Amino acid sequence: MAMTESIAKGFHFPFSVRFEQRLSTPAWLPALTSVGSLVVAFMIGAVVIWAAGGDAIASYEHIVKAAFGDIGVFNDTLVKATPLILIGLACTLAFRMKLWNIGAEGQFYMGAWGASAIVLAPILPPTTPGILMIPIMMLAGFACGALWGLIPGFLKARFNVNEIITTLMMNYIATSWVLFWVFGVWSEAGFQMSPVFPKSAWLPRLTDYAKQFPELGGLTLHAGILFGLIATVVVWFFISRSRWGYEIRLIGDSKQAAFYAGVNIVRNTVLVMMVSGGLAGLAGMAEISGVVHRLQGSISNNYGFTGIIIAWLAKLNPFAVVLVAILFGGLINAGREIQPSGVPRMLQGIILFCVIASDVLLRYRVRIARNQVNHD
Amino acid sequence: MIDWIVILQAGVASGTVLLFASLGEILAERSGVMNLGIEGMMLIGAMTAYKIAVVTGNVWLGMVLAMVAAGVLSLLHALVTINFRADQVVSGLAINFVGIGLSTVLGEGLSKSGAVNLLPTFSLPLLSQIPVLGPILFTNHNPMTYLGYLLTPAAWFYINRTRPGLHLRAVGEHPAAADALGINVYGLRYRYVFIGGLMAGLAGATISLAVSPGWFSDLTTSGQGWIAVGLVIFAQWNPWRAAAGSYMFGALRRLILDLQGPQTLLFFANPFYYMPKLGFFLQMLPYALVILILFIGSREAMKKRLGTPAALGVPYVRGERGL
Repeated sequence: MAMTESIAKGFHFPFSVRFEQRLSTPAWLPALTSVGSLVVAFMIGAVVIWAAGGDAIASYEHIVKAAFGDIGVFNDTLVKATPLILIGLACTLAFRMKLWNIGAEGQFYMGAWGASAIVLAPILPPTTPGILMIPIMMLAGFACGALWGLIPGFLKARFNVNEIITTLMMNYIATSWVLFWVFGVWSEAGFQMSPVFPKSAWLPRLTDYAKQFPELGGLTLHAGILFGLIATVVVWFFISRSRWGYEIRLIGDSKQAAFYAGVNIVRNTVLVMMVSGGLAGLAGMAEISGVVHRLQGSISNNYGFTGIIIAWLAKLNPFAVVLVAILFGGLINAGREIQPSGVPRMLQGIILFCVIASDVLLRYRVRIARNQVNHD
Repeated sequence: MIDWIVILQAGVASGTVLLFASLGEILAERSGVMNLGIEGMMLIGAMTAYKIAVVTGNVWLGMVLAMVAAGVLSLLHALVTINFRADQVVSGLAINFVGIGLSTVLGEGLSKSGAVNLLPTFSLPLLSQIPVLGPILFTNHNPMTYLGYLLTPAAWFYINRTRPGLHLRAVGEHPAAADALGINVYGLRYRYVFIGGLMAGLAGATISLAVSPGWFSDLTTSGQGWIAVGLVIFAQWNPWRAAAGSYMFGALRRLILDLQGPQTLLFFANPFYYMPKLGFFLQMLPYALVILILFIGSREAMKKRLGTPAALGVPYVRGERGL
């Protein structure tokens, strides 16, 4: 089978770009293309910022300084990275199965809502000790996110309804749902936010230990990052080392092969969507319990969509997700003060684009070859 | 009281946005390339059209440049998916993010610009005199709405009754066979992805210069690009069904607004008037309805065993075993 062919068909340049399929991909290449595409993306971003009348160098300098400059801002970066790790893992899990869960944003909101309901409904009285309150909030957050994943997952598995559209539509439904509760039921004095949670519903933060360790004062990093790190190991273990993960990867690589091997595709689809949604829901819980301490309309800095990009840039590797999430946490953290304000989102888009464009290098070797006459 | 004529009239106008976007996507998907970046391309179109209208005062130039801008974005998608054989879903998502981000950056401060020329509205003589249909379809619409009436049958005729349309379907159903017959598979896919981009740009421009004038960042489209992608699946890649769905969703958008006005609804006290917070549930309706129609559509497709162009989402590589 001929593995080479010219891309520039029809044109007659003296040279042509040839793509030759790789039989194996060197282990260092994915990391190299990821870093390379980041660099290219930032260069493209610079051009756009200049075109829009901004100063790209100053913007980037500001991003680095405001994201990683000192312990204080790095703390903020890690706080922003916390939900991103969990959502990046949620997307990684689903994408491994080629299940396009792009509803993490909605699942995040539902998780936040579920955890809030425990405090605000109230399902548990405010005097409940944290040791009981927090795990139940986590459970509720995970469950509500999982429910939001279950619906599209079930429709996909049972009726072959396109999960890309359904998960996305569920996002809009979730935000309206949360707004209804924030404005209508739990509104504090008519404002667009619920009352502040009692302390027992707050995740412990570093600054809470400032009495014993004064140097921790002011650091708002909360226990949610531990959820993220533990989830990373767990997701890695399940994907790479368990039978279930093997089934997921098999379905992702070839649905047909998985079917003939007797893998239960329906059950796995529903299950993966639920766990994926649950992880995103847990991120929502961590965000309101660890950072916001109340339910309000705008709790997500587009975390749900950023998670998609993170998963892809990390090449669906759970450990790489953590690194990339910290990088993007920095981008979001620093981006709050950058003008024009859309720059971080635009950069995210350009990064994703460069990553997928560079994927071709993993699968094909690019050769510049002298055109022969009648090469077709 | 709820005035159905007004709702349907407004529905036809705002449904035109979905119609353009979904017709473009139908052409692209019929050629085998799924472009999930409609929302992003619509935003680029909406922003460009509005910006040009603000700067030059010329709405027509705005419309044209909006189409070009969205078209350029779609060419990126074509390059990455057709040449680089990247996954169409992920590339579409990337197009989306780029579109959203780029339009927010370039549209910075645009929402504060004052009065802007908009597309003119006019009634068609004679046709507007037809009872019921006249006021709904032919009265006080902008030219894009009338263009929509022409494009639907044109797209159907083109796809199903012309030779280029046959080539289009061949490329989407069996690219290897089409290639063997001398049809330029890559070229045609590029062409239809580009047309899809132009149409998405037109849809975006129709929003910002006619249907709901202005630039409100990503709220300008508020998910309509995604609804269009859903409609294409529901429409089973048939322009007529896409038109029916588009106008229905257009009317629904207006109905949701109007439902919250009157004090009584069908002789009962209107809950949406007395408890405005219930309006959040009304806002969910279009999105929930998309899920419902996808569900219905996929059941229908299972029964009739029809639908998806066979090569949709599959990159074509000459000499490699495809389908």
